[in-house]
This record gives sequence, C-alpha cells and structure tokens, in this order.
Amino acid sequence: MSDEITFTIDGVEVTGTQGQTIMQAADQAGIYIPRLCWHADLSPGGSCRVCTVKVNGRAQAACTYPISEGMLVQNETDEIREWRKSIVEMLFVEGNHFCMFCEKSGNCELQAMAYRFGIATPRYPYMFPQRDVDASHPDVFIDRNRCILCGRCVRASRDVDGKNIFQFVNRGRETRIAINAEANLADTALSAMDKAVEVCPVGAILRKRVGYAVPVGKRKYDHEPIGSDIEARRAKS
Amino acid sequence: MNLKVDQVVKKLTAASGRDRTRMMDVVRGVQAELGCVSGEAMEAIARELGCERVEVEGVVSFYAFLSKQPKGKAVIRISDCVVCRMKGADKVTEAFEQALGIRVGETTADGQIGLERTACIGLCDQGPAALVNDVPVTYLSTEKVSEIVDSLTATGEPKKLVKTLGEGKNATERIHSMVINNVRKKGEVIFAGMEPGAALRKAAGMSPQEVIREVKTARLRGRGGAGFPAGMKWEFCRKAAGERKFVICNADEGEPGTFKDRVILTECPELLIEGMAIAGYAIGAEQGIIYLRGEYDYLRAHLEFSMAQMHEKGLLGDGIAGKKGFAFDIRIQMGAGAYVCGEESALIQSCEGQRGSPRDRPPFPVEVGYLNMPTVVNNVETFCCAARIVEKGAGWFAELGSKDSTGTKLFSVSGDCSLPGVYELPFGLTISEFLETVGGRDAIAVQVGGPSGTCVNPEMFDRRICFEDLGTGGSMIVFGPQRSLLDAASQFMDFFVEESCGWCVPCRVGNVLIKERLDRIRQGKGQAEDLDYLEQLCETVKRCSRCGLGQTSPNPVQTTLKHFREHYTQRLVESKDGLQPTFDLTAALGDAVEAQGREPVFHED
Ligand SMILES: Cc1cc2nc3c(=O)[nH]c(=O)nc-3n(C[C@H](O)[C@H](O)[C@H](O)COP(=O)(O)O)c2cc1C
Ligand code: SF4
Ligand code: SF4
Repeated sequence: MSDEITFTIDGVEVTGTQGQTIMQAADQAGIYIPRLCWHADLSPGGSCRVCTVKVNGRAQAACTYPISEGMLVQNETDEIREWRKSIVEMLFVEGNHFCMFCEKSGNCELQAMAYRFGIATPRYPYMFPQRDVDASHPDVFIDRNRCILCGRCVRASRDVDGKNIFQFVNRGRETRIAINAEANLADTALSAMDKAVEVCPVGAILRKRVGYAVPVGKRKYDHEPIGSDIEARRAKS
Repeated sequence: MNLKVDQVVKKLTAASGRDRTRMMDVVRGVQAELGCVSGEAMEAIARELGCERVEVEGVVSFYAFLSKQPKGKAVIRISDCVVCRMKGADKVTEAFEQALGIRVGETTADGQIGLERTACIGLCDQGPAALVNDVPVTYLSTEKVSEIVDSLTATGEPKKLVKTLGEGKNATERIHSMVINNVRKKGEVIFAGMEPGAALRKAAGMSPQEVIREVKTARLRGRGGAGFPAGMKWEFCRKAAGERKFVICNADEGEPGTFKDRVILTECPELLIEGMAIAGYAIGAEQGIIYLRGEYDYLRAHLEFSMAQMHEKGLLGDGIAGKKGFAFDIRIQMGAGAYVCGEESALIQSCEGQRGSPRDRPPFPVEVGYLNMPTVVNNVETFCCAARIVEKGAGWFAELGSKDSTGTKLFSVSGDCSLPGVYELPFGLTISEFLETVGGRDAIAVQVGGPSGTCVNPEMFDRRICFEDLGTGGSMIVFGPQRSLLDAASQFMDFFVEESCGWCVPCRVGNVLIKERLDRIRQGKGQAEDLDYLEQLCETVKRCSRCGLGQTSPNPVQTTLKHFREHYTQRLVESKDGLQPTFDLTAALGDAVEAQGREPVFHED
C-alpha cells in the first residue's frame, strides 16, 4: 500500500506522505507558508496562527493539520494574507519591540515577517505592557519585552534539553514565560548551549557578549525575505 | 524549610498516589489548607510528583481559584456576570469595599477576608450572587452586606451565612445551601422522574451496539452547545483503538447565563450517573470522570453520596444491574475557576493536571483523549437524555422537539423577565413563544446561547430555538428596554479577555483590541471607520483562533453590529477637520506650549 497523499495548495498539486502536516508537505514542495512559533527541530506549537490556511474552506493551522487525499488548501489569498498581517501586527502591539536598537534586528523572524508582509506600522494601538528583563545568568539574558510567547523555548527545553526550564504561567493577556526558579535565570540549570537559547525567533532570549557581531548587510534577512530558502526549493525543481 | 508546608504537601500527594496527572487535586488541597500555593509549596509538590517547579507554577497561575500569594481566610467572590450586574452587583461590590475598607483584589489587613470578582457562578436567576469560599450567597443587596461582613468577622465561617435553605435537595445536610432550583417547567425527559436503575437494567439487556443504535435513532444531539450527534460520538469512540477508554461528564457549566446543569446535579444526579454508566457500557469504558467546576464545590459531597448509594444498589461498580462484566465507576475531578476548561480538550488537560489550554484537533478526544485513550466527553444533560432514551425508547424521544433537534432542552433563563429560572421545553419553539413563557414580553433583545451565542433583535423573534436555527447550550438572557446592549457586549468581552487561555495570538491579543475599540465607541469617541476596524478584527479572531473560545469570542460584538447596528452608529462622531474627532490638538500641545511659553502658529491652507 502506498502512503503517498496528493492534494493541492492554491491549485498546485503537492505530494506528501501519510502523517505529514500541511506545513511539512508544503515545505518539501517549496511552497512557503508563513510561520513564527514553528521550528524545524521542535514539535509544532499551533499558537501563533500565522500559518493559518484554508482547508476545504475552513481555517486551520498548517503546522498541526494533517494532510489527506484530495484536500484543497488555500495559502496565498487576499483574505488569508489580511488575517496573517493582522496577527503579526497584534504581536507588535502586544509587546515592546524597538527594532532600531535590538540586537536581534536583521535576524529576527518577527521583524522579517513584518517586512515580508509590507507592514510599515501596526494599525492597532500599542499596549505598552510592563515586562521585565532577567540578566542574572552569566551567559544568557531574557528580555520579556520582546517575547512573542511562541513557546519554542518551552518545547526545546522540555523535549530537546530535557530540562523543563521555561513554562507558560498565568493566562490570557497576562500570560508570560516563567523560569524554573523563584526569581533568577541564574538559579536554573540553563546553559548557553541549550537548544532553548538557540531557538528564540526574536530578541527575547539571547546569548550575552555576541550582540551585533554580524554587520548590517550580512544579517540573515538583509537581502532576501523570510521564507526565501523554502521558495528556492520550488524554483529549482 | 517550613514543616507545615512539607507535611501538607506530603499528605496530599500521597493521597493522590504521587501521580503527576492528579496535580489539580494536590494544588487545590494545598490552597484550601494553606491559603495559597507558595513557591515553597510548589517546590515540594514538584519534588513529590517528580516534575519541575515551573510546571506547578504554570498550573497554579492558570486557575482563578488558586494563588501563589496568600488570600483571605474567607474570600468573597462576587459574580461578575452580565446578569448579576443588571441586578445590581456593582453597587453590592462597592458596599463590600466600604464595609471591608479594601478594594476588589485586596485582603483585609488581618488576613481574614478577601474580596474579588469572578466570572459567572451560575446563579443568575437569583443574583446578585457571590461565593464565599465554597458557599454560594444569593439575592445580595447593599443592605445585606454589613450583615455578611459582621458574620464573617465574628465567626470566620462562611457556612454560618446560610440562614435559609433552598428547596428540594438544597436543604439536605450534604448540600445545605440557600441556592434555589427555580424549576419553572418540568418536561418529559429530564425532570419527569425515573425509577432508579430503570435505564441501566434496560441497557444491561441490550448489546453495546444496540445501545448506540438507540441513541443514534433518537437523534440525540449534545446539550453543551455545539449539538454534535451523541450516538455518532459514542460509535467513533467504540471503534477507536485503545487499551482503556473513558467517559467524561462535562459539568464545567461556565457559559455566562447557564445554570441548568447545577439543577440536574442537585436534583437528579442518579439520572446522570446512569447515563454515564450506559455510555461506558456502549463504548467499552469502565472508568468515568465528572469534571465539576470549582464554583460547584458545594455539590461535591452530595454527588459522592449519590454515587455511594448507587454502589449499594448495584448500579455502580462491578456487575451493574446484575450483569456480569458490566463494570463502571466514577471519580469527581474538581476544576478551579477557568471557563476554557469547559472546552473538551482543555477539560482533559485539566483532568491530567495540566494548564487548561485546549489541544490541537485532530486528533479528537474520541481517538486520543484522557491519558491519550479514546474518550467520550458529553454534557450533563446529554447523559441524562441518553439514559431516558434507553429507558423509554428512541421513538418516544424523537417524537419530542423539532426535526433535527429532538427531545426537550433545559433553558437557563435570566435577565429582564418576571419568571427567571430553569425550563424544560421541547426544542423548536420561537423566541416570541419563549418570551411569553418566561414573562419577558418587553424584551428588546435576547442573548441566545450566552456571550458565545447570538444577540437577537425583535425582528428575529419568530426564529426558532433549535440547532437548525438558533442553537443554544441553554443560556437565555433577556434584555429589557432600559438596557444598553453595548455595555453588555463590553462586559462579555471582559469575560473573554479574562478567560482566554492565552495560547494563541488572535484570541489573546485580538479580544483586548476589540474591547478597546468597542469602549472607545461607547464613550462617544468612535468614528465610522471604527466599525470596519472592529469587523476586521472580529473576523481575524474568529477565523484564526485555535479553539471554540476564540472562534466565538467576537460574537457579542459581531452579532450586535449586525442586529443592532444603530446602537453603534448613534454613538459615532464625525470628524470636522479631517483629524480624529477624539484628538484634541490644543490639549496635545498643552505641555509644550507651557514649557516654551509661546503659542503655536497654525498654517491654514
Ligand atoms: C470555551 C468553551 C467552553 C465550553 N464549556 C462547556 C461547558 O461548560 N459545558 C459543556 O457541556 N460543554 C462546554 N463546551 C463544549 C464542549 O467542548 C463539548 O463540545 C461538549 O462538552 C460536548 O458535549 P455534548 O456533545 O454533550 O454537548 C465548551 C466549549 C468551549 C469552546
Ligand atoms: S522567549 Fe523567545 S522562544 Fe520563548 S516564548 Fe518568548 S519569543 Fe518564544
Ligand atoms: S482560542 Fe483562546 S482559549 Fe482557545 S486556544 Fe486560543 S488563546 Fe486559548
């Protein structure tokens, strides 16, 4: 029995294998579906909702939704682009993102996503939340002003590092990332080499003493928009 | 190391078998005994359950009734429900603040009494209402406040507040509550009375497949709100592969304006238990869980007593109804104040001792549910209907109600009507007929299905209440002519902002933004563009959110924008100068003018 599955994304025929998500099959086919909380080395989070697509007319998260034979996926439509832009703008107003002096600038996935969508400024009012910075650890700091609650650090620390250092606490608009100690990152078992430190898409968890190491012009998203690597696969095939 | 904390934690974790999945019981117990779950307690719990402290913190901080900081010995939680506020809850809250000399969210200096607001506690027909620890206090008024405060100050015992007892089983020793049932209309299915064991004995004489077929033939649809066919759900679960299977009763009843499950749990828990055991028999499960919302803790002893009685009668446990191999047992899982835990996958997370964030679906609980085993989750009323279907036959049930919504439905009726309470009525009646029955003829609007449902206008009063037209899990809130629907919508949005689990962006952030713009309009500062802005936001939140909470949270705004648009347009202002009408240029420049000591020069083109 073949476990090949064929379906379409925006009319383009895509073949994947049983058990894959839409995101996995699309990536393979060189079709980029924008995403923020997803990371190649981690289980999907399904929380940012930037990867929302329509499956047979219904909105679903591409990162968690399994593929099935003959299903119709819509990815690049005006309606969906509008939802995604709206979500990215929500993230900007929810936190305190001052890109101009953030050391993640140019390598930040949130910023890169805004550029890809052509967002110059969010349409929503800024919330200016009160958030804290924890620089107690010798090698790593966490600046919650820039955290987008993607949960990558939570999954990485739990599933890859096996340490469970990060976790969501509170709920709703009060949700934030807590650490496995009463107060200080220094009191956790975090090491600068942990996966949890590497995967943060924004400038919220950063290694110390390496900031601004890459000059402007050579940063990850200085020349090509986010997602270009995936789209290049399609161009080749 | 505080010995007391250590002892309490050890005792409670031992009682739950040092099982990580029973975290809810442990943290609830610690909160009850020590008044909070401190960082130290979290560390002790983590050590005993073999997990990390931050996981415990994640759970404790999720639920409204748990806290890291100490709360008062008695915590007064005033229901913040739209209906209780219609009945004067705000005045009552102020009176409490004055009498206690503290603000909402604070505790008296002696640590005796705390004051909080909480989401709807399911006493809308007898509001304003509050919980004092686990004791419901109804029909509050500003006059009663000092009496309550005096009593609590003198005795420190919330139970002493109960002076009169409600009718029926509310008056039993085990419940001992002032809550009234307020059943205004008994129908054929739920409140008709059934001889104990009648349904179970019938089921025992059928094969599991026959039971499922009966429920399918009756076309029973879930009573929790979504109306999913119950027989189909049972069949999926029966067919799903799994070592063990589970039956879970959703008694979280959190939708504001809903309180009918409370009355079932009070008056006929046996019917529910039979329904659950029948479901167990049908799908091949021997274990059931009743997920009881924290607000209904006062009913727990009563439920446990009912289960014990059923055991004695051979209607629970092994060999049910004398049938060999028919085994089923139930445990109660208490919630701790989180509306989202009514969502079935969040409920399962909570039963497993996790934060109550929903899971991604698929897979659905019928395949991967509690402890990753196939699980049926149904509403309290659904199980009761199933028991009656098995007892009286699918044909009898299907004769009642409308074509696609068979049977009767319990309605929780509150707001501006003369006869609030619980009604058992056949599906399919019109809103007008409904209003006639409940004494709400003056209504300008009815909120059908609670905030996550629809706000209907008088032109829609000939629409029918059933899943094929206006669906509802039972919440029916009547608004009289004196009400502002925008105020109500704003309070509903507060509820969703408060209750969002925070997992996904559109719900976590979008609802806050919707509420901000709605309030701007309410304050007379909105412009025509703001309506488009709201519509766009509602659409993103609705379409992109992960679970039913976010997918319905814009409804208070979206449905009033659609059905009561003039309520919005009346409050809009027009811009005279092309600037935002709410932007006051002179005021904005005020500080600068003062600092510089000179007036700005305006250039008119
Ligand atoms: C946010 C949210 C809250 C819910 N709360 C409840 C509830 O309190 N009680 C309930 O029975 N169903 C509730 N539901 C529906 C459940 O997810 C589920 O559909 C229901 O328990 C299935 O049972 P039924 O088919 O018998 O209605 C809720 C759903 C959502 C999205
Ligand atoms: S700290 Fe970084 S990785 Fe962790 S949730 Fe926030 S943005 Fe995501
Ligand atoms: S829609 Fe809201 S409640 Fe549901 S998962 Fe997302 S944040 Fe949580």
